[in-house]
Amino acid sequence: MKSLEELKAIRERMQHQVGFRSDSGDDQIRVVVGMATCGIASGARPVLTALSSAVQEKSLANVSVTQTGCIGLCQYEPIVEVMEPGKEKVTYVKMNPEKALEVVEQHLIKGTVVTKYTISSAMDK
Amino acid sequence: MMPEISLNVLDVAQNSVRANASLIEILLTVDHARDLITIVIKDNGCGMTKEQLDTVEDPFFTTRTTRKIGLGIPFFKMAAESTGGSFNIESTVNVGTTTTATFVISHIDRMPIGDMNCTIHSLITLNPTLDFVYTYDFDGLAFTLDTRQFREILGDIGFDEPEISQYIMNYLKENSFEVDKGIQI
Repeated sequence: MKSLEELKAIRERMQHQVGFRSDSGDDQIRVVVGMATCGIASGARPVLTALSSAVQEKSLANVSVTQTGCIGLCQYEPIVEVMEPGKEKVTYVKMNPEKALEVVEQHLIKGTVVTKYTISSAMDK
Repeated sequence: MMPEISLNVLDVAQNSVRANASLIEILLTVDHARDLITIVIKDNGCGMTKEQLDTVEDPFFTTRTTRKIGLGIPFFKMAAESTGGSFNIESTVNVGTTTTATFVISHIDRMPIGDMNCTIHSLITLNPTLDFVYTYDFDGLAFTLDTRQFREILGDIGFDEPEISQYIMNYLKENSFEVDKGIQI
């Protein structure tokens, strides 16, 4: 059984690390998942979990994963938006955990937009 | 429709976040003797007037501005009532709102509870400034997670720090297992 004692130990450890995270850097990338009724019903929770876990595992300190409400494009949910300073917002549609991991690998780490999952390519079809 | 009860909880709890609640209490009770699952979501947010309360179960009522349809509450209500269970919302302006849903366990139309730990973890890490109290009672054996206890220990270290987020997930998983022994309903 997990106890609060363990949390105290984690805190002790973390307090010795100075500046463990840079939240305010200029290169901060924001990843936003639509988590309104439409998003949740079409599978946004596993997408969010996959994104958060991958960002944690790969220690991407310059990426923050957050949620938003209904973006107004319910038929394209689950939707993930990637916002990088100085660049145009990228909107990924009809996501699932596998596609989300591809976005982490290609876009968040290597900087290449995964165009096959973006809304513009979905609208061309 | 939501495929799991836990997704309804995730969705409906967002209403409490938007109501500017600082404390959201979620209670999940599984009671086989009464053949009933009870879910209570209680917040200390802005609450609703009598008029708003009358329209809240109507799909064509919503406070958001992106479109004119809100399905969160109607989905939750329908999911509960279709099992022979019940649905109720009580609200007082500036005091808060309490939503209660019951599901008849043995009814064929009852959805699985689903991954409640994931729902609670998402709520906590996505709203790191809010406090959550989650109680899981399985046939009389219960555990409670209270983020105010975490906050007291952590000081200014955020719940969204990777190590803390991982601790919270493990805390949920291990303590839930203590009460339900891994039985999925």
